[in-house]
Amino acid sequence: MEISDILTSLPVKEPKKLSIISFSGDFDKLVATFTLATGAAAIGYEVHIFFTFWGLDAIKQKQGRAFVGKGFLPKIFGFFMGGLRSAPVSRLNFLGLSPKIFRYLMRKKNVATLEELVEAAKVLEVNMYACEMAMHILGLQKSDFIHEVKDVLGVATFLEISEGGRTLFI
Amino acid sequence: MTTVKLDITAEHCPMTFVKTKIQLSKLQSGDILEVLLMEGEPLQNVPKSAREQGFKVLDISHVEGQVHKVIIEK
Repeated sequence: MEISDILTSLPVKEPKKLSIISFSGDFDKLVATFTLATGAAAIGYEVHIFFTFWGLDAIKQKQGRAFVGKGFLPKIFGFFMGGLRSAPVSRLNFLGLSPKIFRYLMRKKNVATLEELVEAAKVLEVNMYACEMAMHILGLQKSDFIHEVKDVLGVATFLEISEGGRTLFI
Repeated sequence: MTTVKLDITAEHCPMTFVKTKIQLSKLQSGDILEVLLMEGEPLQNVPKSAREQGFKVLDISHVEGQVHKVIIEK
């Protein structure tokens, strides 16, 4: 056997890769998404987050409630959906009081807040993408999102990107 | 060659890894990072992930109580 044959027969170690489909715009689920994403990126994983439906709220430039979107209905809907700062918790939201309590507790207990996690994800160059179809429904454009959003994708490209790694749906 | 100190004893997951990684990315090759961390998850995984990412873990020593010091060379 030639040396070149031995080299080509060696198992190729795939780079560690984590892909997350961020579907929920809930505060607690976004904390889970960004905790996993930043933790994985920090220990050397290639990380991709594909934001779709409610998840798109997390990457809007306007983090509070704003009439974002093209057209009357998307604008109204966009206002009620809000952005990162108006994300509700998935249980016991108490009309938006719970996210405020969570933020207070996280700061008090020195746990990274959602906003800090998002900033860390940007610094760690976590790859962020927006779902083309959901954007179309909600009348959103790439310019409505933070500039760290790398691209607007569909299913086929996401599957291609996530191939060979682990994929989570949150 | 410079030595930089980083105290992550008050941090929790994932910020223990995140702060170490961000600090390492700011250093030049050959620079040293001294990390103060707690035993348990940070002690088990911060040196391990640094090594996996190609950094050299020069030393791990007990400081006091649950605090340990990990010395990493970029």
